[in-house]
Amino acid sequence: MLFNEPHPLETRVLTRRFGKPDTAAIEGYLADDGYQGFLKAAKMTPEQIIEQVKISNLRGRGGAGFPTGMKWSFVPRTSPKPKYIVVNGDESEPGTCKDRVLIENDPHQLIEGVLIAGLAVDAHAGYVYIRGEYRYLIDVMDKAIAEAYAKGWLGKNIQGTGFDFDLYTHTGAGAYECGEESALLESLEGKRGIPRIRPPFPAVAGAFQCPTILNNVETFCAVPYILREGGQAFADLGIPKAGGTKMTCLTGHVNRPGVYELKLGFPVKQMIEEVGGGMRNGKKLKAFIPGGSSCPVLTASELEGANMDYDSMAARKTMLGSGGVIIMDEDTCMVKAALRIMRFYAHESCGWCIPCREGTTWLKKILTRFHEGQGTRTDINLIGDIAKNMLGRTFCPLGDAAAMPTISIVEKFRDEFEDHLNGKPCAYEPAGVVTV
Amino acid sequence: MTFSPQLEARFEKLLTSYPPGRQRSAMIPMLMYAQDELGCVSDELIDEVARRIGVTPLQVNEVLTYYSMLHRKPLGKYHVQVCTNISCLLYDGDKLYEHACKKLGITHKEVTADGQFSIEEVECMGACSWAPAIQINYDFHHYVTPEKLDQLLDGLRKKQ
Ligand SMILES: Cc1cc2nc3c(=O)[nH]c(=O)nc-3n(C[C@H](O)[C@H](O)[C@H](O)COP(=O)(O)O)c2cc1C
Ligand code: FES
Repeated sequence: MLFNEPHPLETRVLTRRFGKPDTAAIEGYLADDGYQGFLKAAKMTPEQIIEQVKISNLRGRGGAGFPTGMKWSFVPRTSPKPKYIVVNGDESEPGTCKDRVLIENDPHQLIEGVLIAGLAVDAHAGYVYIRGEYRYLIDVMDKAIAEAYAKGWLGKNIQGTGFDFDLYTHTGAGAYECGEESALLESLEGKRGIPRIRPPFPAVAGAFQCPTILNNVETFCAVPYILREGGQAFADLGIPKAGGTKMTCLTGHVNRPGVYELKLGFPVKQMIEEVGGGMRNGKKLKAFIPGGSSCPVLTASELEGANMDYDSMAARKTMLGSGGVIIMDEDTCMVKAALRIMRFYAHESCGWCIPCREGTTWLKKILTRFHEGQGTRTDINLIGDIAKNMLGRTFCPLGDAAAMPTISIVEKFRDEFEDHLNGKPCAYEPAGVVTV
Repeated sequence: MTFSPQLEARFEKLLTSYPPGRQRSAMIPMLMYAQDELGCVSDELIDEVARRIGVTPLQVNEVLTYYSMLHRKPLGKYHVQVCTNISCLLYDGDKLYEHACKKLGITHKEVTADGQFSIEEVECMGACSWAPAIQINYDFHHYVTPEKLDQLLDGLRKKQ
């Protein structure tokens, strides 16, 4: 089932089969060259597989953009311990709804990506960790896994290759922090989702303290193409240093919000105007978040010449992130936006480290009173100061994720904070019910 | 404790899904699937899950309090979850939430007197491009207007 019409400017690689009848079923997948990448990989050495992934310039699609081939090469393949593949399907970064679409429409593509990763590091078991709210996707995945076992694409001696692999789903139970890789691994072990100190990284001591490849759903979904068509073909779709396409979730004030698969390096302007159908009601763009609420916010002028890729966003001191694009028009109250974003991080902070637990809570309190008209002039600097003091001082990057958008909003939209002090009515009206 | 055959089958599968000695991994999935059948996580369920995975009830309790979807008290038969996070907010998700509260006469994490409905203001549920979004139990509803919400809730009321 699709949620939005595709757009002609999309480059459909991961979504190539979307829209076909019963896309989740194995028969259709096999008819469309499904599992061919795995069969190719099964004839290659692990080094050759990893080499193709390196050539593809695939970078992690979960938010951090770490080069995938390099990550895989860190796994000590010859370690006597079992190795594991873990799929991060926690998808909870506000603005992001792409992994959901990938699992729902083509679960076998994900299974094939996992199998290839298994070949690359000599792993024989994997877990697909899916957030608890996506219960129907656990059913989709369980069904696909059962089909794959029935047709010999999972289990012992897969298709006569001599390679064994078992795959399981694992449900989350409501916690953004469990998307953070080490917290996810704790959760997978039946514990509270609290981050682990690193190093050691999951590649060396991940699931059950064994070497583990942990990637985002979209990252694994790109792997079958890379093996089937070659790493170079994938690299050529994108730009230097960033291969392939990015599942992009257009959200907020555009005419056609939706999930679209765009080449890396796609111009932001064209994305908004053409793919997104332009700003809703002909309003002006005020603020732009490229990849989920954890990224620093950009203003309209900063978007001049910007492209949807890692370097273009880094040059503007923000991040491509998860692909959750959030577009806000001129009527949006940025104080309210900052408050809502902070309420999220305060709710989701796992409480393990003090700068994050206290910082998010205090920022929520100050932003709440500010938005309700009870703020003072010193509060504006206080918000920025608290956020800056969190940066880089928390146990895991959740603290940074809370601080970065806040700092950027206070710096770039200071006048709106001043307006709230001067009794000017908030462009968007007073805060909604604050329940937490 | 006895469970339905489907749930027993799920438990059995879960207990063999993890490496030997790692049965504790099954804890959260077992609690989630059992909660779906029983309505909430009872003391009895905690004891049972603890026994089956070989940990103490305290260890289960310590873990479950971390997760926002695990509930110690029953929710309404229909648990209405309204997202007010940023992408939904840009489509008046906050007003939709207020509307739902008024309509049901309850607020965050409360249950109606007849036990039919409960409501929760929730964080991003992964439906941001089809905002504003709500979930009723596990079912997603996209592009929800106040009118559409009324229809949904009225329809569920009739179904009882
Ligand atoms: C607080 C926090 C939440 C995260 N949530 C997710 C998530 O929901 N999904 C995801 O794939 N990565 C998430 N990440 C990133 C993961 O830690 C990890 O970098 C990623 O899954 C690695 O996969 P990749 O290299 O394929 O991107 C999160 C990170 C942090 C700090
Ligand atoms: S912000 Fe509401 S579903 Fe993502």
